[in-house]
Amino acid sequence: MSTLTTNYLAPTGREEAWRFTPLARVGGLLDSTVPLESVNSISISNPQNGVKLTVKSAADCPAISSSEDLASIRGREFIREISHIEVSNNVQLELPVLLKRSSLTGKPQASRTLISCGVNSHATIILQNTGEAILSDEFEFEVAQGATLTFVSLQEWGNKTVHLGRQHAIIAKDATFNSIVVTVGGSLVRLLPTVEYSGPGSSADLQGLYFATDGQHLEHRLHVDHNVPNAKSRVNYKGALAGDKAHTVWIGDVYIRSNAEGTDTYELNRNLLLSDGARADSVPNLEIETGEIVGAGHASTTGRFDDEQLFYLSSRGIPAEIARRLVVRGFFAEIVGKIKNEEIENRLMDRIDAELAKVGA
Amino acid sequence: MSTLDIKGLQVSVATEAGFTEILRGVDLTIKSGETHAIMGPNGSGKSTLAYSIAGHPKYTITGGSVTLDGVDVLAMSVDERAKAGLFLAMQYPVEVPGVSVTNFLRTAATAIRGEAPKLRTWVGEVKEAMKSLNMDPNFAERNVNEGFSGGEKKRHEILQLELLKPKFAILDETDSGLDVDALRIVSEGVNRVKGNSDLGIMLITHYTRILRYIRPDFVHVFAAGKIVEEGGPELADKLEEKGYAEYTTA
Repeated sequence: MSTLTTNYLAPTGREEAWRFTPLARVGGLLDSTVPLESVNSISISNPQNGVKLTVKSAADCPAISSSEDLASIRGREFIREISHIEVSNNVQLELPVLLKRSSLTGKPQASRTLISCGVNSHATIILQNTGEAILSDEFEFEVAQGATLTFVSLQEWGNKTVHLGRQHAIIAKDATFNSIVVTVGGSLVRLLPTVEYSGPGSSADLQGLYFATDGQHLEHRLHVDHNVPNAKSRVNYKGALAGDKAHTVWIGDVYIRSNAEGTDTYELNRNLLLSDGARADSVPNLEIETGEIVGAGHASTTGRFDDEQLFYLSSRGIPAEIARRLVVRGFFAEIVGKIKNEEIENRLMDRIDAELAKVGA
Repeated sequence: MSTLDIKGLQVSVATEAGFTEILRGVDLTIKSGETHAIMGPNGSGKSTLAYSIAGHPKYTITGGSVTLDGVDVLAMSVDERAKAGLFLAMQYPVEVPGVSVTNFLRTAATAIRGEAPKLRTWVGEVKEAMKSLNMDPNFAERNVNEGFSGGEKKRHEILQLELLKPKFAILDETDSGLDVDALRIVSEGVNRVKGNSDLGIMLITHYTRILRYIRPDFVHVFAAGKIVEEGGPELADKLEEKGYAEYTTA
């Protein structure tokens, strides 16, 4: 049995970070009496030149970032081995790297992955989360100078899954990190896409989509730490909710430090409530310590289905059910289109259509 | 030959103060091939008439009937009315973000025709209709009404009229916000559809300008929620000259 951490204090739900999360449903991931099994769950399903995955001892590969997130802190205590994915310097990967999960047991497990993109490299990595799991999961990205990494994280879990995840990027000078997070599956998913910079001229674009139906809790807590001058960030998350007790949480924290002159940031969250009984929490936070910036803004909207859109489509003979589907697809199209993969796009939209039909929204 | 028959139509709208009656007994019969102009001052209820026939949920029918060839239109859902052959060209067409014009038109045509149009002929059909309305081919890839100019929105409405081929079209202030060139193009579109089919038209307008391009067979003056005078095209000339004063102060 793994050693249990002695200084670990389980969250009570009164903490700011956990106040929205249904802690009774986290399946032992935060319970100090429950050990987590260390798992190497990641594999590349389409190996190609310029990228390699190595399993390494966690002791030799400590985390590259500090975390305040209790779930990932606790996960790190149990991790024995990590998956290290490296994209070579100056390589331009032609095809997206597809990451699959395996060895997930549905019992409490912890997994950690480090993705290192070499200088001036260019890669798209797509992670498909499927099956059932109770998983504390951490991804760290080091995006070296001049590199561009697009990371797509698809949460297509089964309906019992608990997934507490942290996805933290450190972006070097003139590098770009694009994140596309899509969460449609799972019983409880709580993801922390977070970003810090290690050099100026760097850029982060964090896009996300979530769709919650009956009883699902889907939580995304973003944090962008503008800790260098002249960096840029964009955040755009869109969510739709349908059915009883569907709950989504979006937190967008942007912190502009006193040395971060020339920062350019904008974050946006839009939620679409498709039926009664669903709840969307949306909290943008902008903390600014310097006025010498290009721009900083945020917006958050939560609205019901637009009856005028529905009327317009219906007045052209389109039945209400198909009209709703068109509008929801349209709402998500902006984000899904960024994945630039027709097969994934169709799969996601089909799943959303099917779940819409199931809840009769 | 079809008939759209409106009898004693009374319509209210819910406000904070309760229901407000807007239509106070409208009688109007339109037959295939006929063009009826409904003219009246702002706030007289012309648009309410249009939206009530199309089935907008904001309006409550409190009396009267609307039938299409004897079938009760008011009992139909909004999409069923369109399938039965009614079309409303809106004054303010609604933006539908993320839904392309192409996808929208094909979905609508599939619903109206009961089967998906054959792709090859459909593409040609859309191209041809867009060309005759002077629309850029790129238009098809844009999202429905999103960022369209006033003129583009109206052309898009008439494009749908051409493709969906209804029995009756209600044109609600289609002339508003159009410059002379756009008005001519849009009017030619309406006349073309009418020439190719036996379309019956209810043309709602505040101004007589559009009637130079689309000649009405009948003119109805609308005031305070009902038709107060009826006549031939010459009635429009009188309105042009004297305005609506005599109907609103009466």
